[in-house]
Amino acid sequence: MAEIAPILTMKGITKRYGGVVALRDADLEIMPGRIHAVLGENGAGKSTLIKIMSGAVAPDEGQMTLAGSNVSFTSPAAANAAGIVCVFQELSLIPDLSVADNIVISGPPTRGGMIDRKAQRKIAEQALADAGATDVHPSALVKDLPLSRRQMVEIAKALARKPRVLILDEATSALTAADVQQVFSVIKRLRQEGTAIIYISHRMHEIAELADDCTVFRNGRKIATYKAGSKTDNEVVELMIGREYKNVFPPKGTGPHEGQAAIACKGLSWAGRLNDISLAIHPGEVIGLGGLDGQGQRELLLALFGVLRGVSGEITINGRPSAASDPSEARLPGFGMALIPEDRKTEGLMLPMSIADNLCFAALDRISSRGIIDRKVAEARIGEMIELLQIKVASADLPVSSLSGGNQQKVVIAKWLMNSPRIVLLNDPTRGIDVGTKQEIYLLLRKLAASGVAILFYSTDYDELIGCCDRVLVMYGGAIVRELAGDAITEHALVSSALNIGEAAHT
Amino acid sequence: MNEWRYWLAENKNTLIAVALFVFMFAIYASNHPAGFTPNVVQTAANKATLLAFVAMAQSLVIITAGIDLSVGMILVLANCLASWIVVGTAIETTFGIIAVLASGAFCGAVNGLIVIFGRLQPIVTTIATGAMFYGLALFLRPFPGGSVNETVADFMTSKALGFFPMSFVALAAVVLMVWVPYSRSVIGRAAYAAGSSEHAAYMSGMPVKMAKFTAYVLSGLLSAIGGLYLTFFSYTGEAAYASGNTYTLFSIAAVVLGGVSLMGGRGSAVGAIFGALAFRTIGDLLFVFDFDPLWQPLFQGVVLLLAVSISAFGLFRVRNKLEWF
Repeated sequence: MAEIAPILTMKGITKRYGGVVALRDADLEIMPGRIHAVLGENGAGKSTLIKIMSGAVAPDEGQMTLAGSNVSFTSPAAANAAGIVCVFQELSLIPDLSVADNIVISGPPTRGGMIDRKAQRKIAEQALADAGATDVHPSALVKDLPLSRRQMVEIAKALARKPRVLILDEATSALTAADVQQVFSVIKRLRQEGTAIIYISHRMHEIAELADDCTVFRNGRKIATYKAGSKTDNEVVELMIGREYKNVFPPKGTGPHEGQAAIACKGLSWAGRLNDISLAIHPGEVIGLGGLDGQGQRELLLALFGVLRGVSGEITINGRPSAASDPSEARLPGFGMALIPEDRKTEGLMLPMSIADNLCFAALDRISSRGIIDRKVAEARIGEMIELLQIKVASADLPVSSLSGGNQQKVVIAKWLMNSPRIVLLNDPTRGIDVGTKQEIYLLLRKLAASGVAILFYSTDYDELIGCCDRVLVMYGGAIVRELAGDAITEHALVSSALNIGEAAHT
Repeated sequence: MNEWRYWLAENKNTLIAVALFVFMFAIYASNHPAGFTPNVVQTAANKATLLAFVAMAQSLVIITAGIDLSVGMILVLANCLASWIVVGTAIETTFGIIAVLASGAFCGAVNGLIVIFGRLQPIVTTIATGAMFYGLALFLRPFPGGSVNETVADFMTSKALGFFPMSFVALAAVVLMVWVPYSRSVIGRAAYAAGSSEHAAYMSGMPVKMAKFTAYVLSGLLSAIGGLYLTFFSYTGEAAYASGNTYTLFSIAAVVLGGVSLMGGRGSAVGAIFGALAFRTIGDLLFVFDFDPLWQPLFQGVVLLLAVSISAFGLFRVRNKLEWF
């Protein structure tokens, strides 16, 4: 090991945004042919570190060397040219261009000054095959692809650049279990070929499977670097959050719930994407939605919330047949529904507007009289919500975009809680959020359930479904294929029913 | 095997624009007292060419998610300049034409530099520069006048092979020499990328600034070609404020009819040309149906609204309301 020189080293890197130090005196050594996991809560400095490596921002102090020589990148293009390629958590694909256009985007093959479409097509097909995404057509427009396919294209795009250092920043967050395995085998192959890989993920089991070295960041500082496997999960999490780590999941509710369902549906179908779905959620229950990504979970939540047109079947609220015709009706007291959407940046928040404004949007009628917003009432309610969810804000008048991902998600949730909903639908609310915030969200869900709220909760994280939910409905191909309750909710059962292979095949 | 489906998806907007124009022109030609003759086509072509050039100019900038409200004024400035210098011997005329085109490109470059490096909003920047360009035009031609090399002018507005309008030949040549290389170059692709998602384009290491700059420069150049053509038709230069503004506004309408998204990233200059042709045909329909000219603006507005609504029909089939936005 000793004779191999690190390909990328960072020494004393510091980056400040205004008065806030995002990264303080960070050192890091990245070895070729090894996978280096970077861990830390959101806001710990990981993103800043990645941005500096990939040339998106310049450090204020410190030195970076690549293969022995000092480098400083003025733009992502410069870093790419030097062989450092990043798969970003925020997807960097151009929606209106085709998959092939996107894959070759930074250096398309040209002939006589024009882009050589045939050569481009070949490169794209090769890259997609390398990434294991042969089901994606190179001529398809990126905006027509589902999120998980886009992420595969993003990975193919990175591979097409033949990186020396490959950075994966939450690159698997939207992928299905099968895709993740595919990507893992690609990553392992690259490691064999001598590529240095920096892997960032909030999923501990992914890091356990992949990483050779791990580095933990907290509050902008590097806390520790250690060989993978030399610390237990609990020790790692303690390093990350800097306090003792107890069980992430709060205790579950009390047994089965009887009586009137808060919301129920029978034979719900829509456009061939939802097939004959029946379910009932009682007040105080937390029901999980499981299954692979894109099996109709999102559509089910949207259908209940009145976003879809042409839904057939029956929806009952508190026993009365009534279906919301759109979100503005669903949130009225007669329905009392709230939907925490999948993509907080586009569907949950008005990013440039203030935290206070964002908090008020779903409950404007509750804080106004005769069409005029009562500032005193609004301020009081905003204060309550910030307090209740422990949103870390300097001032509620700052734009919501200035918050970290976890705190943004809290704002989305708080916005709906202000409306005192009785039915809360959540679409993967903890994606890309740090452990600490996740834990707070789990606690909150339980608290809400205890107060009589009915909760339907879609998650791509099996641990969450196991730890949080009273029952889990597993979806496949737009239908509910299995219902698990209590101790029957195990990872094994979730995975096998998500793949719709049934119990028999595995026992 | 599904290749054509992807091709269709990519070019849908442009094809709709072509279909729209064919439909409008069929109504026009079949109701024209003289019928579908080379003369009818030539007259229609000459009127439409100016707008087609300006619409092309506008589309290049709009694809990058910008907007150029100075295109009409660049056209007027080019017209006034041409009425001074596109005269005399063959060599003098040639240099005159080059100078007019260069000045148009220069105007575009000014817009581009201010928008890119000054980081000002394109809409405000080009209103301001448009006023400046008009000021220069007025300085050149305080009163309508001047002249142009009539041999060149007549040739450029004649009928090639006795039936095909020369102005369309010029239009096609510009498409082949400017649009096709541009749209297939790295710069052109970066222009689409910048319009579709500037953030992602930057993070992917694309030449975003160069692409935007090129779009504005070409926009100025194409507007100047429009101005040159105006001179060929009118034989004079005139700093006409109203017509400059009209061209600017009509160019935006034509671009929308041509299926170019005002949000950027989608559409093509070819679509914009057909949008311009369709838009002109709307105006001409009035004459063949023998309406009172007083009704023209009202009529034109209603037809424009209907035409734009066609592309919104798809919304009725959308079953997820989130896709409405």
